Amino acid sequence: MVQTYGKKPTRMGYGDGLLKLGETDPRVVVFDADLAKSTTTDWFAEKYAERFFDAGIAEQNMLGMAAGMSLLGKVPFVSTYGVFVAGRAWDQIRTTICYSKLNVKIGGMHGGVSVGPDGATHQALEEITIMRVLPNMTVLSPCDYHESYKATLAAAEIAGPVYLRFGREAVPIISTPETPFEFGKAARWREGKDVALIATGHMVYHALAAAEALAGEGVSALVLNVHTIKPLDEEAVLAAAAQCGCAVTCEEHQTTGGFGGAIAELLAKRRPTPLRFIGVQDRFGESGQPDELFEEFGLSAKFIVDAAREVMQAAKK
Amino acid sequence: MELGDLVRTARQIRRDIVTMIHAAGSGHPGGSLSSADFVTALYFHKLRHRPEDPCWEERDRVIFSKGHVAPVLYAALARSGYFPVEDLDGLRRLGSHLQGHPCTCTPGVEVGTGSLGQGLSVAVGMAMAAKLDGKPSLFYCVNGDGELQEGQIWEALMAAGHYRLDNLLTFIDYNNLQIDGEVEKVMGIAPLADKLRAFRWEVVGVDGHDMAALVAALDAFPRNDGKPTAIIGRTVKGKGVSFMENIPGWHGKAPNDEQYAQAMRELADPEV
Repeated sequence: MVQTYGKKPTRMGYGDGLLKLGETDPRVVVFDADLAKSTTTDWFAEKYAERFFDAGIAEQNMLGMAAGMSLLGKVPFVSTYGVFVAGRAWDQIRTTICYSKLNVKIGGMHGGVSVGPDGATHQALEEITIMRVLPNMTVLSPCDYHESYKATLAAAEIAGPVYLRFGREAVPIISTPETPFEFGKAARWREGKDVALIATGHMVYHALAAAEALAGEGVSALVLNVHTIKPLDEEAVLAAAAQCGCAVTCEEHQTTGGFGGAIAELLAKRRPTPLRFIGVQDRFGESGQPDELFEEFGLSAKFIVDAAREVMQAAKK
Repeated sequence: MELGDLVRTARQIRRDIVTMIHAAGSGHPGGSLSSADFVTALYFHKLRHRPEDPCWEERDRVIFSKGHVAPVLYAALARSGYFPVEDLDGLRRLGSHLQGHPCTCTPGVEVGTGSLGQGLSVAVGMAMAAKLDGKPSLFYCVNGDGELQEGQIWEALMAAGHYRLDNLLTFIDYNNLQIDGEVEKVMGIAPLADKLRAFRWEVVGVDGHDMAALVAALDAFPRNDGKPTAIIGRTVKGKGVSFMENIPGWHGKAPNDEQYAQAMRELADPEV
């Protein structure tokens, strides 16, 4: 069994992180687009009303206003669902924010199919791809509540634009407040020598569960938690690939151009390694219960186990 | 600067615009020339800035939301002393700090623009931040008329009215032409003043080529009345160069050598 400490949505790590920043960093202001309860920015709004701005249902202008605020020394955190911010306001993020390297932080909620019943329109599956492609952008994808809190605090200290990806559902807490979090550094959460499970977001939990299952079959799986997707910790990924000789990437996101894509680009360039990709395979999400959707889209531990067996076989050839 | 000097400066800026676009072989003369009088009045009469210290914290800010008129901005910055006038020769050339559209690599440019409809939101955010901290800076934006077709503009207009940003002024360069033709035929924006008033803006209509009127409109700002100000400048696209005036084709085209010589003759200072 994977060691867990209850469950909480990662978006709440963002909300609590903002509360902490409200206290420690007077530069921090928070924007939302009529989803403050859902994004949990209402906690900040209640305590720091003068530093909270509801942009209404107008995301593009929200990004622009945040850009303007950053130019006067504020550190704005812009918050809404991933589809509405990374997608709808992509050109604002690209041309206004990234081109001028503005100090704007973007909290994108509801990443992944685990959003559940709201269905495809609200399940963000493309943000990693379209955010990591932007020059000057940093992309963070924390694995649980505590890591989300730490990533939010870290974002305030990074100079330049940052995209933070969070989920809607309560997911297992697999770290503690004391677990080290170092921006830009991937963390080995399980040692292994036969296959590297390279995971981001709450797929780290599923990768750990898969590693447990594989251990039962005598397979030693390494689990690498990649919370910083850009800049990618290339040396940690290369070392894991070198140690195991094959790898499986795990993300709750389109694998095309996404996290798996990022790992594939690196390995193709520096150390060609047999790879398999767990993630959404070029289709839209659907309505359903989160656990049902995890099976439907092939994301749960058993699929990671199958992919690990397959890639180990391929590596032997 | 006296009115006569402002008029002379505007003529110099127009010569700079045509010269740099001719040298570059591409660029946007039409809207640069139509907004040149306002930009001159703003930079050489109204703006509180220190060209020798572009990052002076208390400065007023200007955002060119219609980023394609970079030539008028670059001419105003160079003539204000932000960088040497000779730099204008580098417009649109590899390695130059003068990109085809504004970039923060140029001293005096606050933010990159060029994808239309985005700059006003940035000016709104700046004005909000100044209000939050009780800072005295004023915020200026330059919008095109065709640009008002972008939905984000109306989000920004709504927000500026909502937040009562009376430290914000936008100049709308109403030359009534866009790439595909007349604004009213492509996608009408009239009645513009009524729309802006409905969005809780103070609206001032001026002849955008009447320097005295532009100065007066700028001098009346800020009003401290809880409303952002829009100056609707009725302008002529390509103003000052006869063969460019009111011709949509001169939105984004460089003059050839012959046309350049004629433009320079038309923009020359009158003999005293």
